[in-house]
Amino acid sequence: MLPPAPILSTSATGAFLYGCRIAATSVFAFVITVTYIGFGALCHDYGFSVTWAMLSTALLWAGPAQVILVTALGSGTALVEVAIAVGLSSVRLLPIVVALLPLVSGKRTRPHQMIVPVHFMAVSVWVESVRHAPSVPREHRLSFCNGVGSTLVVLGVVSTAAGYYLQSALPVVFGAAAMFITPISFLTSTARNARLLLEKAALGLGLVIGPLLALNKVQFDLLWTGVIAGTLAYALQRASRRWGAA
Amino acid sequence: MTFGMEPYLALMLLGFLPSEVWRWLGIVIGGGLDEESEIILWVRAVATALVAAVVARIVLIPPGALAFVPMSVRLAAIGVGFLAFLLVRRSAFVGVLVGEAALVAGALAFRL
Repeated sequence: MLPPAPILSTSATGAFLYGCRIAATSVFAFVITVTYIGFGALCHDYGFSVTWAMLSTALLWAGPAQVILVTALGSGTALVEVAIAVGLSSVRLLPIVVALLPLVSGKRTRPHQMIVPVHFMAVSVWVESVRHAPSVPREHRLSFCNGVGSTLVVLGVVSTAAGYYLQSALPVVFGAAAMFITPISFLTSTARNARLLLEKAALGLGLVIGPLLALNKVQFDLLWTGVIAGTLAYALQRASRRWGAA
Repeated sequence: MTFGMEPYLALMLLGFLPSEVWRWLGIVIGGGLDEESEIILWVRAVATALVAAVVARIVLIPPGALAFVPMSVRLAAIGVGFLAFLLVRRSAFVGVLVGEAALVAGALAFRL
């Protein structure tokens, strides 16, 4: 059941506050808290500062890209590889933005007005915005999305700091548990979102090829894993489509 | 860390820019993107494999606190967590909870 849009959302401030409320009560509030506590712990153990960790959440606002950035920089990966790997993992933001635009922009919306709301766009924000925006008058939908996005970003930044400090204060067992949030949550949520054979195969192949290259100290192991496992999975998808059509 | 430049410069140039540029490109492109186009499908596969590679690296070659947990426990915990995910309604929440419980139990068993 969707909660009814309150009268409040007839003003820009009201729409913004409505967005804040939707975000705070959404399941993603919990997911983001846990994920970014794990990310903060990760930053601590890879030797970054807490300010850096919080800034990375505010500036990147893309979980996979942030984890790739920290693990790659922290383990001394070549800089070009870091940038390409981060870039490749964030391409998924492009279709999200494209899908959001017709829902929130009016005739008089200028492209520069979109820079801030679009920065908040991540899969979680997108899902909640698309679900609830239709119940908000079109002229206030940008404010609504800003409410959803800023609430979750602030929650992410605070959780990053919390995870970072917990990691330095907790006994080693709990520190290990906080670090472990990232791999186990990324693995299960990626598997859950994998609907196509393409994504399932890429996940499985990446889990096999990644360790092979990393443990053999192959240069650019992250990137090679992405390209090799991804291309193989893509080929598999094409082949299965052809057989399916025949 | 083994890179020579300031961490904040790295954050901007290697993190923020390569990631944010896709959001900006989304505004520029506007409508008219085929989500099922071949190139998008390929990128989606590469991005998924990248996440898999990072997951594997954190479990196999972890930094800090996680490195004190024996490799066998780390592998068992991620396996048990994933199995729980598959068995219980493909719930990521259950997977994380069971995987974490397995990790802590294993670590305590090794008197960590």
